[in-house]
Amino acid sequence: MTQAETMREARSTSFNLRQAVWIAVIAVSLFLVINVVNNQNHAGSDGSATAVLLRWMPYILEGFGLNLVMSCLAMVLATLFGVPLGIAQQSQSAFVRLPAQAVTHLFRNAPWLVVLFSVMYLIPANGNFLGQHVEIPDWIKATFAFSLPVMGNISEIVRGAIRSIPTGQWESASGLALSRRQTMIHIILPQCVKRSIPSWMNWYALLTLSTPMAAILGVREAVGSAQAAMEAGGGRPDFLIPFYLFLLCLFFLYIYPIARLTKKLERKYAVV
Amino acid sequence: MLSSEQDRAIPLNGQQHEPIVSIRDVRKRYGSLEVLKGVSFDIRRGEVVCIIGPSGSGKSTLIRCINGLSDIQHGSIIVDGIEVRDPRLDVIALRRKVGIVFQQYNLFPHKTVLQNVMLAPRLVLKESKDVVEQRARQLISKVKLDGKENVYPGELSGGQQQRVAIARSLAMRPDIMLFDEVTAALDPETVKEVLATIKELAQDGMTCILVTHEMGFAREVADHIYFTDGGVIVEDGPPSEIFGNARDPRTRRFLSQVL
Repeated sequence: MTQAETMREARSTSFNLRQAVWIAVIAVSLFLVINVVNNQNHAGSDGSATAVLLRWMPYILEGFGLNLVMSCLAMVLATLFGVPLGIAQQSQSAFVRLPAQAVTHLFRNAPWLVVLFSVMYLIPANGNFLGQHVEIPDWIKATFAFSLPVMGNISEIVRGAIRSIPTGQWESASGLALSRRQTMIHIILPQCVKRSIPSWMNWYALLTLSTPMAAILGVREAVGSAQAAMEAGGGRPDFLIPFYLFLLCLFFLYIYPIARLTKKLERKYAVV
Repeated sequence: MLSSEQDRAIPLNGQQHEPIVSIRDVRKRYGSLEVLKGVSFDIRRGEVVCIIGPSGSGKSTLIRCINGLSDIQHGSIIVDGIEVRDPRLDVIALRRKVGIVFQQYNLFPHKTVLQNVMLAPRLVLKESKDVVEQRARQLISKVKLDGKENVYPGELSGGQQQRVAIARSLAMRPDIMLFDEVTAALDPETVKEVLATIKELAQDGMTCILVTHEMGFAREVADHIYFTDGGVIVEDGPPSEIFGNARDPRTRRFLSQVL
């Protein structure tokens, strides 16, 4: 490692440290604010809002676990369908290309909430599958719904990445008697992975931030759980600020490092 | 200095008189722009041919048509019995016979030098890993890049990358090599090493078709030179004739500008 690299490394480490300190400071001050608000509005009977929040925290965190599970599963689905869709958009055959483009644009340009409602009402809550009675939980349906718009966007990421590979790569592969398929698999797609990762992560962050939408349909993820907890704790107005601040911190602490990493990878993999 | 004809080990089975590439009245247009306006010539096995001429005269287009990277609208190109305009053309079979090296090297940046050279024989010829690796290492050594086997193209100079591109093409064991202005993007000091590699190849008896601006090299290595201008072959002949005693005024004007 050269001296310049060592210095850059050291600077970036201290930079991350500073970020972490800032996040800690923000988190602590938020809880101080919560306490101040609580002391002012202390209702006495059922304990402070902070106490209620602390009592219900495991339940809310469990809900947040569902947000993470939904976001990961939806991302896996979106990638599994989105990558082939993006490749199909670059097909030489119009029979493959045009439907792939239609599906991509349909889901990229539909409001997520509309997709969510459509999936909820189009997929039956239970049915017969191979002679067996199967119940489909709402959170599975929501996961599927979230995967669709992300699939459309991943399809576009892949298409853009393929197009960004210089034509010389195709030419030299053709010159070496590789088929189009071999060129795609061995030459083009491996070069697409790096340049797609930052945008892919960006969509993961957006997806995670959208999962609370499932609360509208009764899925008990973090936001839905927090609302239920507030209800159970007496539904006092002084709950609102601490509970929502807590949710804010929860999502922020999870997403912010991903956003930082995305930025870092973007710089690292910048196509010059 | 021996003439290149004597240097070369041409198989003495009489095949050297049969053209390996036969180009007949080839015409090509991009939209309304006709870039090739009826080009005809033959290349014999083991022959080294240089195509020279001003920019935009259709030189690169012509050699890209030989391996089907570019299509033609009229005429015929027959490469060792394969007609490129045949509607049932097996383009993979054609490209197995014809190697091509480009101005911009176009190495695969995510693969090491060795992987670059091994890729096509493994995928297309379906040869075993051991056989291909042995041949690849020999070729890397032949282009004088011993020790660079596990290096990525980005870490090599332009001249080194271009030599890898030559080795990569040779790994397919082509019958014909096309060189499309392969030194045009290189620093002057690395041009020499690439030209030396090509010269060695020519001396080994490889059929080579070069589009080049390196007149000194063309003069030294070529058996036959074609001067193209405006989509036609203006004049052709052995280097001594073209460089010493060009008949056409366009050839003379071009040579006086570049020499």
